[in-house]
Amino acid sequence: MIGKSMRHNGMVLALFAIVATLLIVATAQFTEEPIKRQQEQELLQVLNQLIPPELHDNDLYQSCSLVDHAELGPGSHRIYRASLNQQATALAVEVTAPNGYSGAIELLVAFTVAGEVSGVRTLRHQETPGLGDKIEIRKDDWITSFNGLTVQGADDNRWAVTRDGGMFDQFTGATITPRAVVQAVKRANLLFQQQQQQWFAAPNNCAGVSS
Amino acid sequence: MNAYKELTLQGLWTNNPALVQLLGLCPLLAVTSTVTNALGLGLATLLVLVGSNVTVSLVRDWVPKEIRIPVFVMVIATFVTVMQLLMNAYVYGLYQSLGIFIPLIVTNCAIIGRAEAYASKNPWQKSAFDGLMMGLGFTLVLVLLGAIREIIGNGTLFDGADLLLGAWASELRIELVQFDYPLLLAILPPGAFIVMGFIIAGKNWFDQRQAERAKTPEKQVTRARVTAQ
Repeated sequence: MIGKSMRHNGMVLALFAIVATLLIVATAQFTEEPIKRQQEQELLQVLNQLIPPELHDNDLYQSCSLVDHAELGPGSHRIYRASLNQQATALAVEVTAPNGYSGAIELLVAFTVAGEVSGVRTLRHQETPGLGDKIEIRKDDWITSFNGLTVQGADDNRWAVTRDGGMFDQFTGATITPRAVVQAVKRANLLFQQQQQQWFAAPNNCAGVSS
Repeated sequence: MNAYKELTLQGLWTNNPALVQLLGLCPLLAVTSTVTNALGLGLATLLVLVGSNVTVSLVRDWVPKEIRIPVFVMVIATFVTVMQLLMNAYVYGLYQSLGIFIPLIVTNCAIIGRAEAYASKNPWQKSAFDGLMMGLGFTLVLVLLGAIREIIGNGTLFDGADLLLGAWASELRIELVQFDYPLLLAILPPGAFIVMGFIIAGKNWFDQRQAERAKTPEKQVTRARVTAQ
């Protein structure tokens, strides 16, 4: 008696599980393309903001390579190379600032071949809304204060927030966030000046794979 | 028709999931920092609620009593996952700003509460309507909370509405007040608790006044009888 009802209940549950799984698989397949396109588009949009169209004629999204450097933060980081008439012109690199106020801040930083910062954008962060989130371009234009600057060697102490004697403003009520971002961009710029040749020559190996 | 009227009143006011049942407070308090986020999560919850209510109602005669809860949870989880994938594909910006709170709709007790309390005992048309009204009641409270917090905290309304509704909606953004220092408390979770408290207090005050008003004429009648004797 009990065995029969258990078997029946088990069958009903299994049936529901199968139908539910099928439904989800169908939706996942249906939405796979649009989701990939959305992520691609978002990244492309950011890339195009950082590397202006007149600086490149290649497909930035396809010219992607993975690099490993402790200066960029833990794990592998993507670099996107821009070229004009086969000539390398600029490069964007993902940088992790591990010391944000609440966790790591993911940045995308672009440099021109001359070593100048051509732009910085925040990709992901969990900083305090209203204080630390001014590193987002849609909240504040602070992040553009890096544009056109170059680090002159590791002891360049202009690359710090004003409170630490540098040239970048901190925010009212938030020093840790901008400090983390400034340090991360500085490290990335120094590394770029050193690694530029290798990075432009590195093979494309991560196109179409989204993070 | 009367039953539907009753359901409307229950969902929107007397048994409002957020204000009276106090269910689903986790997403309610967490995402209501702007009207856009509130509206997005509210609509997602509403759709899941209608979908799960209809499904639960349709299968209610086949599901043995002992396993109804796991089945309900599975139905709800399926709807939420489907919703999450669809939002990821078609309203990407909003998907990013709602983040973890979309999958957390599964744990919104308002949904399983309606499945168990209403949909498992009623025909699907009524269950769908119940889901719609409960979802609407939930969404309205979310939007109200989001509006109050956004005005106090940011001085704006409909900031980022284009994430939900498309590019045209960026014109909806209204700058009401320009703050030098935004009131951070209103945007952070404690602000949500405080504002929510005031909304509930306001509703209770209103209900109490209505009840007192309804009572007053009755009293007069009794008194009249007393003097007559």
